[in-house]
Amino acid sequence: MNWLIGAVLFLILAPVAGGLIAGIDRKITARMQGRVGPPLLQPFYDVGKLFEKENVVVTTAQNFYVLVYLIFIALSGALFFAGGDLLLIVFAFTLAHVFLVLGAYAVHSPYSHIGAERELIQLMAYEPMVILAAVGLYMVTNSFYVADIAATTVPAILYLPGVFLGFATILTIKLRKSPFDISTSHHAHQEIVKGITTEFSGSTLAQVEIAHWYENVFLLGFVYLFFSWNPVIGVVAVAITYAAEIFIDNVTARVRWQAALKSGWLAAGILGLGNLAILSYMMLGGA
Amino acid sequence: MQTLLFLILFPILVACLLLFVKRTTLRYAVVALSALVIGGASIYLLMQYALEGAVYFAAPSEAASLAMVAIEMGLALFIVYMGAKFKNYLAIVLAVVQAALVVYLETTFSGNLHAVNNLFIDQFSIIMALIIGIIGSLIAVYAVRYMETYHRHHPEVRDRQTMFFFVTFAFLAAMFGLVFSNNLMWVFFFWEITTITSFLLIGYSETEEATKNAFLALVMNLLGGVAFVVALIFLAATEPVSGGIDLARVLASGDAAIILIPAALIGFAGITKAALMPFSSWLLGAMVAPTPVSALLHSSTMVKAGVYILVRFSPVFAGTFTGFSIGLVGGVTFVVASAIAISQSNAKLVLAYSTIANLGLIAACAGVGNYMLVWAAILLIVFHAVAKSLLFLGTGAIEHRVGSRDIEDMEGLIVRMPKMAVMMFIGIAGMFLAPFGMLISKWAAIEAFVQVPFGLVFIAILAYGSAVTVFFWAKWMGKLVAVTRETERVEKGFFEEPWAPLYIITGLVIATVLLFPVISSTLIEPYVLAIYGVTARLAQANVGIMLLMIALLLILPVSFLLFRRSAKHLPAYMGGRPATPDLHFAGSLGLTREVQTRNYYLTEYFGEAKLFLPGAVVCTILILASWVLAGVAL
Amino acid sequence: MSTMAFLKRSPWILHYDASSCNGCDIEVLACLTPLYDVERFGIINTGNPKHADILLITGGINELNKAVVRNLYEQMPEPKVVVAIGACAATGGIFRECYNITGGVDKVIPVDVYVPGCAARPEQIIDGVVTALGILEEKRMKMSGAAQTKEETRHAVGEST
Repeated sequence: MNWLIGAVLFLILAPVAGGLIAGIDRKITARMQGRVGPPLLQPFYDVGKLFEKENVVVTTAQNFYVLVYLIFIALSGALFFAGGDLLLIVFAFTLAHVFLVLGAYAVHSPYSHIGAERELIQLMAYEPMVILAAVGLYMVTNSFYVADIAATTVPAILYLPGVFLGFATILTIKLRKSPFDISTSHHAHQEIVKGITTEFSGSTLAQVEIAHWYENVFLLGFVYLFFSWNPVIGVVAVAITYAAEIFIDNVTARVRWQAALKSGWLAAGILGLGNLAILSYMMLGGA
Repeated sequence: MQTLLFLILFPILVACLLLFVKRTTLRYAVVALSALVIGGASIYLLMQYALEGAVYFAAPSEAASLAMVAIEMGLALFIVYMGAKFKNYLAIVLAVVQAALVVYLETTFSGNLHAVNNLFIDQFSIIMALIIGIIGSLIAVYAVRYMETYHRHHPEVRDRQTMFFFVTFAFLAAMFGLVFSNNLMWVFFFWEITTITSFLLIGYSETEEATKNAFLALVMNLLGGVAFVVALIFLAATEPVSGGIDLARVLASGDAAIILIPAALIGFAGITKAALMPFSSWLLGAMVAPTPVSALLHSSTMVKAGVYILVRFSPVFAGTFTGFSIGLVGGVTFVVASAIAISQSNAKLVLAYSTIANLGLIAACAGVGNYMLVWAAILLIVFHAVAKSLLFLGTGAIEHRVGSRDIEDMEGLIVRMPKMAVMMFIGIAGMFLAPFGMLISKWAAIEAFVQVPFGLVFIAILAYGSAVTVFFWAKWMGKLVAVTRETERVEKGFFEEPWAPLYIITGLVIATVLLFPVISSTLIEPYVLAIYGVTARLAQANVGIMLLMIALLLILPVSFLLFRRSAKHLPAYMGGRPATPDLHFAGSLGLTREVQTRNYYLTEYFGEAKLFLPGAVVCTILILASWVLAGVAL
Repeated sequence: MSTMAFLKRSPWILHYDASSCNGCDIEVLACLTPLYDVERFGIINTGNPKHADILLITGGINELNKAVVRNLYEQMPEPKVVVAIGACAATGGIFRECYNITGGVDKVIPVDVYVPGCAARPEQIIDGVVTALGILEEKRMKMSGAAQTKEETRHAVGEST
């Protein structure tokens, strides 16, 4: 029954945790810029506000795609915290993202369209590294199941430092942080307005935001898997990783899609594959 | 055995009958009726043999074998005649070489050319037969109306429909023969028939381009044919050890080193037929053929013969360097062809590249050949055949209504042809999204490659390959679902193709996803178990999750009803410039301008010019390596 | 229903420069800097009317941007308020007599708050936005009230038929 508890807890608590993390993120960002920053609960106020607004659409279909996006993000995350198969979870996340992209295509708006194309490029940029990370964890723990990986006594990070760094690189893309926030951004102005979310407003935009919270919690859970042999170190490592992402967000400027794609693919190709090649060589030698 | 013979002979009968049918309505009746019979017979075959494992039949041999040699010689003469007519001397040379080799084989080793059993059936053959019998005959039905419309759109093309349908049904017979034959001579005969039918159908429109591409396909496939005969000669020469031309005996042969050489050669034939790099160009050229031909021959059945033979031989390849390098040919083809697909806007070329890519993936699984990979490969064959045929037929129907096969012109299809758009959507989802078929196989393949020595290469190929796959499919989907305003609805055009085959295949795409645990447990797992002694399957929990996902996807569209009321509609944001709903706005100098959205094709990075040559060079080297490694192993 | 009133705590702003001399624009942007840091109040500059609650306009309306201002206003979902910043946005200011100037923002769209000044000071702008929040809240109450009435009427009609 453990798996069910994990899934239910995720579905209930992840939005709370995700919103708080977003609040802390904004607070730290403000401090880094010498500002006071918004209240800690600001992300909740924002989402609450969005639900109070009028429902404005370009086409009703957009609401459908965003709803499917939210449901599948939540479902995929729940699968993760239920201890499911990591590869299936990765693919389920891809499915969810494709629906967000389709929502942006459906509205047939120039800014959304470019945002959608860029979102797909981002997807293409991070996908190889995510798969390699899953494979790396398998090679260390002999299981694709999150439950087994989390329960391992092997310090995965010692075997997978390259994979971890590669994953941290694409984590920037997934968290929608600079320098890779090319499809839409937390920051005020962007050359393509709000990119993929331009035409989503009110409760639809709120759903996108909640989905983002769900996903962030999942991503931090993924980071934790590298350190899961020791929960204390794990939690600290997750916090440091996230803080590093905030720092990078604040000190870098947005790059072009070419750079995003190259970074994602090189991270996978050099850090990820290099690490795994050495690891499989070691395992062959050991066997 | 009667069912097997019926499935081979009945289409020939229909083919001959269709030579005398000139009227479209009558032809439709004949084709639809025989499709029903063929489809029914292949389902009967399933019920008859599904639980039996491999069953072998002696079958009449002497007369049949003689007739086959005679027909082969006749076909060689035909190729020589066509080659002379169109001044394609390479085709003549290859046809003559091949015929000479066949004669040499027949005369020198006549004593060794006996298979105990000429025909056989096992679960893998049943799967292939179901694909040919159901998907193949549905495509034939679709083709009748399609060809009628085709000739109305292209009055300059000579009406050779009787030839077209004769060849189509002859092809179906040949495909059945190919997957039922245990005698490799027979396999080769049917193999050659498919080459010729492909040649005839690609050249159907008789334009210069069509003829050129038909010969390209012919030459490349003949090259594979020559390799096939050489393999047969080798097998016949080493008959006592290798098992001669008896497929079952060859596969059961204890001497792995001896049969590795013919296996590599037959594998090469498979590579040419499956249009893996460097032979991918013939499949792309073949897209000039009418769309049902592309659907039938060049995606769901004939090219599958190439991977069929590879999967048959994968127990031989398993664990050898030869197999590994053949697998790598497939793997490199998968990643390069998928990347090139990004740069294509012609829907048929995208489908062609994706077909090449998926055949590559199947070949990669077959070449490395452990039990999980064979399981994944067969699953890939099934899902690909169903989803891809739907996409080809859909593209054909759209082309007739919209007047273009360019993906950019399919923008707003959800408004213009809602039913068609939903079917295309399901087909594309079937090609790359999570609970649907192809992804299950990719997933299983990743899990399998982890356990193979040096499997990391393939993991990398799959990781990058599936990333680019998502890109080119999703942007196509995006074009389909864009809700454009004030566009005309053209679903009810004046040339109505019957859509029944499309509906049925759409149903099949969903059915295969829902039923795949059953397909796997009744057909694929027993086959893998019989050969490897172990079998693969997905964990029960994961199957449950997949079914949950598909159920959600089927239920969620209901939410449309929720959104119907209350929402306020506003036009898209255009930087503050007032615009009409169909995105016209007042530009400078008092001109009205229109916003158009175009997808990214990234030609600079993923163009054919950039990627084809490196891919082809690598694959050529790998093919040569597979031969050298087979030689070294001997 | 909905007495939560998150709207006040999360006003997102769209800033549009009609035909300002850029003086007021610089002051608007100054509000976002660490010195004034309006994000303290949850204020974000969105740059997208579909996400915005408050439209800040600087400068007077001219013949060419009339349609643009109207479009931006229409693209914002309800409830929404308009704040005209500076003398020009209020009346056309010193450009009022120019051949191409129509006048203040209220010639095109309804304005809720006028912030005086040439240029308006950041403190004044923040004060204007805070005033706008009150109006925004009123509009929200009215909107949810209207929705409730509509719902009740629907029910009443449903029951009677």
